[in-house]
Amino acid sequence: MSEQKLAVNEYLKTDSDYLRGTIQEGLDTAVTGAFSEGDQQLIKFHGFYQQDDRDLRNERKEQKLEPLYSLMLRARVAGGVCSPEQWLAVDKIASNLTSANSIRLTTRQTFQYHGIPKRNLKTIIQDLDREALDSIAACGDVNRNVMCNPNPVESKLHQQAYAYAKQLSDNMLPHTKAYAEIWLDDEKLVTTEGDEVEPVYGKTYLPRKFKMAVAVPPDNDVDVYTNDLGFIAVAEGDELVGFNMVAGGGMGSTHGEVSTFPRLADDFGYIKAEDTLKFAEAVMTIQRDWGNRENRKLSRLKYTIVKHGFDKFKAEVEARTGIKFEPKRDVVIGDRGDRYGWKQGVDDNWHLTLFIEGGRVKDLPGQPLQTGLREIAKVHQGDFRMTSNQNIIIAGVPSGDKALIEGLARQHGLLGKLITETRGHSIACVALPTCALAMAEAERYFPDFLTKVEALQEKHGFIDQGIVIRMTGCPNGCARPFAAEIGLVGKAPGRYNLYLGASFEGTRLNKLYRENIQEAQILAELDTLFGQYASERQADETFGNYTVRSGVVTAVLDAARDFHG
Amino acid sequence: MLLKELSSLASPLSAGQVDKLKQLTAELNAVQLAWVSGYLAATSEQGVAGLPQTGASAQVGAEQTITILYGSQTGNGRGIATELAGKAQAQGYAVNLVSMADYKTRQLKQESLLLLVVSTHGEGDAPDDAIELHKFLSSKRAPKLDNLNYSVLALGDSSYEFFCQTGKDFEARLNALGAKSIAPLAECDVDYQAQAQQWQADVLEAVKPLVQSAGASVVSIASSQASSSNYTKQKPYTAELLVSQKLTGRDSDRDIRHVEIELGESGISYQAGDALGVWFTNSQALVSELLQVLELDGDESVSVGGDSLSLREALTNKKELTQLYPGLVTGWAELSQNADLQAISADKALTREYVNNNQVADLVRQYPAKVTAEQFVALLRGITPRLYSIASSQSEVESEVHLTVALVEEVRDGVTRFGGASQFLASAQEGQEVQVYVEPNKHFRLPENPETPVIMVGPGTGVAPFRAFMQERAAQGAQGNTWLFFGNPHFEQDFLYQTEWQQYLQGGELSRIDLAFSRDQEHKIYVQHKITEQGDALWQWLESGAHLYICGDAERMAKDVHQALLDVVVQHGGKSEEQAAQYLEELRAAKRYQKDVY
Repeated sequence: MSEQKLAVNEYLKTDSDYLRGTIQEGLDTAVTGAFSEGDQQLIKFHGFYQQDDRDLRNERKEQKLEPLYSLMLRARVAGGVCSPEQWLAVDKIASNLTSANSIRLTTRQTFQYHGIPKRNLKTIIQDLDREALDSIAACGDVNRNVMCNPNPVESKLHQQAYAYAKQLSDNMLPHTKAYAEIWLDDEKLVTTEGDEVEPVYGKTYLPRKFKMAVAVPPDNDVDVYTNDLGFIAVAEGDELVGFNMVAGGGMGSTHGEVSTFPRLADDFGYIKAEDTLKFAEAVMTIQRDWGNRENRKLSRLKYTIVKHGFDKFKAEVEARTGIKFEPKRDVVIGDRGDRYGWKQGVDDNWHLTLFIEGGRVKDLPGQPLQTGLREIAKVHQGDFRMTSNQNIIIAGVPSGDKALIEGLARQHGLLGKLITETRGHSIACVALPTCALAMAEAERYFPDFLTKVEALQEKHGFIDQGIVIRMTGCPNGCARPFAAEIGLVGKAPGRYNLYLGASFEGTRLNKLYRENIQEAQILAELDTLFGQYASERQADETFGNYTVRSGVVTAVLDAARDFHG
Repeated sequence: MLLKELSSLASPLSAGQVDKLKQLTAELNAVQLAWVSGYLAATSEQGVAGLPQTGASAQVGAEQTITILYGSQTGNGRGIATELAGKAQAQGYAVNLVSMADYKTRQLKQESLLLLVVSTHGEGDAPDDAIELHKFLSSKRAPKLDNLNYSVLALGDSSYEFFCQTGKDFEARLNALGAKSIAPLAECDVDYQAQAQQWQADVLEAVKPLVQSAGASVVSIASSQASSSNYTKQKPYTAELLVSQKLTGRDSDRDIRHVEIELGESGISYQAGDALGVWFTNSQALVSELLQVLELDGDESVSVGGDSLSLREALTNKKELTQLYPGLVTGWAELSQNADLQAISADKALTREYVNNNQVADLVRQYPAKVTAEQFVALLRGITPRLYSIASSQSEVESEVHLTVALVEEVRDGVTRFGGASQFLASAQEGQEVQVYVEPNKHFRLPENPETPVIMVGPGTGVAPFRAFMQERAAQGAQGNTWLFFGNPHFEQDFLYQTEWQQYLQGGELSRIDLAFSRDQEHKIYVQHKITEQGDALWQWLESGAHLYICGDAERMAKDVHQALLDVVVQHGGKSEEQAAQYLEELRAAKRYQKDVY
């Protein structure tokens, strides 16, 4: 046992009666839109965060009103697949029960609602439940939404990979009945002590969030190396036979604290498909037992692996599974972007990938995106797939329906606008005004910023070259900015750190190039670098690789050593 | 005796002494005043006060006393009655001036001369003060009053269907009981001053042969008022506006303001429950619009009340522009010779609907007429101050007074029309002058015992006096439980003083709060629904002696809440409907059920 005092959250979890806390009392307190401080940590395990509109804080204080609290609820949708019926329900909830009146597609292939008043939470969760959707463990110190390549083109392999993602998701769910009791009015059970309630997690769950992804090469849309635990599918012909397992990735860090850093996962080796769950559980339980519970800034799996060493950690995984890793198989890790437009799958069905800027499904002037997807859902026979790039695929469209779907998409501004390769590969997190952590704008500002970058690319004659650009309001890294060729991480309103040098495919991190600079300087820096890149680039050389080769930044090969070095 | 009445009543003091006393009282705060009054009372009993004895004052028999009763909601009736008392006293009559609420009905039989001033509200309802007497006179218990001489002055608003109804009821009942009218019923409209003066003169003339002048006088004013001020409706204090802060969120469909006014060195004191009268000036945009539509020159000189001033000034400072009255509709119908307007003017109900839904500017726009500046000014009523329930307690805010003001705002034909006073306050700049006076409301008072539980029902701006109550109770360190029912359309936008209630809850000064946000869900939820929902607890509170207060809309809310309370008493008190009504009536009579509704 450590002499150090445990992190506050650890006591909260211990005393919460398996995530119940005083959430019910909080729901019954009508005088505030907020939950108590302790419950604000616990509600994350139920899938939502408390936020407030930061633009309005001072104004409302003068109005003798509390901050404009609302909840952000994130659903758990393994692999991002949902039916048209589910989509219609999701859409209706957004329109009727949230003040943001929109659906936000996330970088982890699910959707979230912003602006939920506390009083509407229960109705929303019950409405979702009726459509077999939930938000259990969508946030919190547990296994989060499991990502999986949503590409339905190579249909058979995808289906097999998706099945594993779903299994991983289901298997790692908390067992507590708190969610059902509080939100679905299930009868309160007499709490049994100890391991019976949570055989894997125990009373204190994990030290920190835990993220998993399943990649199907050559696509790396799920950004597999940025996850705590990743499985890269290995196929023989059409059959999925196993995975290359990777572990220890994660984006989150804290400005000014060099003990924290983003990291990409290490390759552990090949495992057979049938052993997947065993390995996942081993890695998760080692993290449960070894992870840092004193300092939440150092408690992700990546720090656990760095602290104990890769070899020791690997040996422990093999000891707990009783299985040795085989050497990793050769796979090609390729593009992290989505394949926009129509693609025909092996089963002859068609799939339409739609670009949703900032992942925000909302009716905009002249672009009624939300209405468009609703109209499509009413006639669509296949399913919807949310991508890791915050886009959506209308999947499984029979040839006969193609024209109908395309017509609806064009009519509602979902299709028809030309987007550059760079815009198509780039993402931003939500940030201001709702995210409590944001220090600068992201989603609201990013589209205009990209337009300026596109102008520079045009100027230097390589507009057709895609560059992965990612912007976040803080260094926690929801939009995986440290794995972007151009990463912009908020420091203060209007000010960002500029990171360069990640690979296009997401296999190498970037490195800090300029600190705390404003738009004019960011654009001036890029103008110079773009000019050099345009004249000095080698054949097929990506911008990220160029910045490393030319010495603009040094390559980050070992994050713990190189990221701040 | 009210200090503010010193000037209007013939006091035993010399003019110089009165001035000195006024100077002194102006410097005193509420606590000091209470001390001084106690000190003087005590010293006068010992007969050592420097106040000259007037000898005959205590010797006047009841049969020679003129009893003046007033039943007043806004204070106008009380003002008229007080003025009459002063005049009567100056003429040497013995006068007993008393609120109807404090009047013992069994005393009626002993009266020989009764003068009544009473207002009417809503759909012909009696003001709170008058309810009991009104009911008594209509009941079988009312005695024969063959020896009584009386006259009634009724206050009302002719835009309402039951104009002066309560006054008419008193007139009819007294007559039926055998009393003799000495002057005909005076039915006064909103601009009552001239008519009231006439009635006062008439009754004093009629009284002459009936009552012997004692040569000296006593005026007994039944209740003591700690609220006091030298400043009155006619002689307001020019205060400084400190803050006009919007309380509703940016997405609210209403603009409700928290207004803070500095009373400075005025010495004005008020109590939680009182109202503040606010004089205002009309907006320049509105005045300009009228001048333009009527093609009149703002610089033209007109005469108002004998003074000569510019038309613009008259419209800005002297005339009512935001409330219509039937006389103006009639007058304008004649001027415009417009058949449609004449049809409206000929029908009382249509006229009422029209005056309720339009302003002067709408009238002159819709029905063009050629009019001179003098004609126009003569048609308009004088501007009248608006009363706002005070939202602060002096034990918390000292020389400040706070109000909660809803901006009256209606869009008609694409034009936004505002309420005169609310627009004035909402658009006021920091440091702006505002003329104010306190209108005491002794029928809306916290229980004397700080242990007594208090239930407050105050949706919308009706919550204002309860902010004052809570400030008062918090300052007292009162131990009694408190329970607030509040409602408005939206939780996020319209929760007036939300953070203050949260602090009171946290500090334990506020024991419970129940909230009804009508539009946050599909079906509308109002405070009365919350009362029904919490009926069991509410009944327990009432049974444990709680005082219950309602403030806000009289037309619907107060009635719906009253009905909900009746249902609670029936359901949880196991009473019949009749018994429930009796129960609430007893609460009211015991001053445990008080309303400040408008």
